[in-house]
Amino acid sequence: MALNLKKLSHKPEMLAPGHRACSGCTAPFMIRLALKMVEDDEKLVTSIATGCMEVVTTIYPFSAWKCSNIHCAFENSAATLSGAEAAYRVLAKRGKVKEKFKFLAMGGDGGTYDIGFQSLSGAMERGHEMLYICYDNEGYMNTGIQRSSATPKGAETNTSFAGTAKPGKEQHRKDLTACLVAHDIPYVAQASVHNIRDLGDKIYKGLHCGGPAFINVLAPCHRGWRIGVDQGVEYARLAVEANFWPLFEVEKGLYKINYKPKTQLPITDWLKGQGRFKHLFNDKNKHIIDELQAEADKKWKQLLRREAESLEDAKAAAPAQA
Amino acid sequence: MSTTAVSKGAGSKFTPHEIMGLSGNEAAAEALKQVNPDVAAVFPITPQTELMHKFAEYVANGAVDTELINVESEHSAMSATVGASAAGARAVTATSANGLALMWEIVAIASSLRLPIVMPVVNRAISGPLNIHCDHSDTMGCRDLGWIQLYSEDSQEAYDNMIQAFRIAEDKSVMLPVMVTFDGFIISHTMERVEIIADDGVVRKFVGEYKPENYLLNAQHPVTYGPLDLPDWLFEHKRQEVQGFLNAPEVIKKVGREYGQITGRSYDLLENYRMDDAELAVVALGSTAGTAKAAIDELRDEGVKAGLVKIRCFRPFPGKELCATLGRCKAVSVMDRSFSFGLEGGPVFNEIRGAAYGAGLKVPMVSHIYGIGGRDINVTQIRGIFEGLKKLASGGRIETVENYVGLRE
Repeated sequence: MALNLKKLSHKPEMLAPGHRACSGCTAPFMIRLALKMVEDDEKLVTSIATGCMEVVTTIYPFSAWKCSNIHCAFENSAATLSGAEAAYRVLAKRGKVKEKFKFLAMGGDGGTYDIGFQSLSGAMERGHEMLYICYDNEGYMNTGIQRSSATPKGAETNTSFAGTAKPGKEQHRKDLTACLVAHDIPYVAQASVHNIRDLGDKIYKGLHCGGPAFINVLAPCHRGWRIGVDQGVEYARLAVEANFWPLFEVEKGLYKINYKPKTQLPITDWLKGQGRFKHLFNDKNKHIIDELQAEADKKWKQLLRREAESLEDAKAAAPAQA
Repeated sequence: MSTTAVSKGAGSKFTPHEIMGLSGNEAAAEALKQVNPDVAAVFPITPQTELMHKFAEYVANGAVDTELINVESEHSAMSATVGASAAGARAVTATSANGLALMWEIVAIASSLRLPIVMPVVNRAISGPLNIHCDHSDTMGCRDLGWIQLYSEDSQEAYDNMIQAFRIAEDKSVMLPVMVTFDGFIISHTMERVEIIADDGVVRKFVGEYKPENYLLNAQHPVTYGPLDLPDWLFEHKRQEVQGFLNAPEVIKKVGREYGQITGRSYDLLENYRMDDAELAVVALGSTAGTAKAAIDELRDEGVKAGLVKIRCFRPFPGKELCATLGRCKAVSVMDRSFSFGLEGGPVFNEIRGAAYGAGLKVPMVSHIYGIGGRDINVTQIRGIFEGLKKLASGGRIETVENYVGLRE
């Protein structure tokens, strides 16, 4: 479904205003968009991991959720929702639930890449018909900006300081999207909050692919990235233009890159202006910038190869033309 | 599993039953089959594994149409059970020891969300070091996590408790999850004579249809479960949980009576065995109650006024009922199958002594810790405990509060 923004604007908002997210936070509008990606006759049950989006939307006695939402704990958004999805299947079979329901789990990168990795992997492997969206802001931001396995190399956080002995985080980020591709589920994608047309399309596909789906969404946190309150979306865009965060999808194992920059920006265009990378521009740390550039280039080439292979695979699988 | 179908004669006021040879695991699985819950999350752990094997077989053969979720850990087992229950389903899982420890965090969340989950827990020693045999360190360790706990003496009770657990958990004045425990291997793997209600329909009618009030799959009234509950509200919500426990005893007794009306086997919070004129008493829970009964029968034959108080329901704790019975005794031993490290005496002992203080009891009371990691407990050893009680009853001093049975020192 190509996203129809006009039609979308007439759909009711399912995440009420008045929640306590920071001004300039990029995650809530991703959620608002996601909650509109169901058909009119479909209801949603959502689950959310402990984290910013949970604590800002559900401070008792208030809830910003106009659809059903469950928060259980930090590491089990996927497992919890898998139970709700199983409940739906059996209650629908027994005629106790008549409406059509879709299932959407969410978590930040801490709750997804790290502590919730096993729970996510299990739920995907079991084939529950649910979409998991990771809003990836590259760190544990709710607890006060600590490094996660999604934090890029060199970034300074409160558990990976840039000091005289250490240059910030010492490892490259985990490629979680690749891990999920390896689960051979019907739909996996990477998206960004700056491109809502692409993001909306992917969420719709994920919710309607008939099986488990996963989308990794880059959602900058201006507090953790040390950028201006109004710069979150712009820095998401720069990450994509620098091929640090390519937009692509893997449908039934076939790769498709959804956006190819006409001219790839140097990684420094994304790094500069972010306070967490400030120290990388000292001569002493310049090699880290080179490593980040090399890593981005390597990953992008890998992706191009996989897309080319997928095109060939698709051609080979298509019935012979008369 | 061997089956001999025997129905009570025509004219019996009880529902027809079948007599089967079942292990505790099989008996609990049989109860689950008859209830046919909506969702079951399963994960293997010794000695519980066989329970869910059996149930998975029922699912595969169409004996139930439960959705089986083969989760990747006990943490996810309880998480999925919470999700299913919050969604409006009757949901179950089962575990032992380390599995219970892994799901600990979510065990507490399940009760705080007031989800009427039923979970058989096959008692096993909490690691470490690793031990797969029975003690009560697992369920005693989570006695403050907000679950009702029913202990079973044998396979029959495991079956009976499982069926009653759904009614208790789902009672609108209770709305708390229930753990049905039975001793690992001693009960879980020992084949015993068990009376099974012959007609599944009778079980289903007794348990009733589950009608959730607030649930995720209610299209008309969406709900938010598990909000951020700050200092201005959490206290009130925990107090409401307390109310569930205050309401539970009457419900447990009522369900136990009604169960008795259809099966001939009634249940209370406690079982008093030869306690009417008992001067010396032991308190026990689980399979050891059966061993104690054998010891008491011998002692009674010898003219010793010995008795047993078996705790069936440990949470809510039946302090008043215990004191009413024990207050008439001259000496009491509380048998604990787990330690409470750093505290003198086991957990059950300390709860009873606390209740006894409140009730103004003066009866001398000692703690006997036994059976750790599956260490045997036998009739002779329990007779030994009574020997000690005799001395206390005739004015002897309590030398040590915490005593060990069957320990090499």
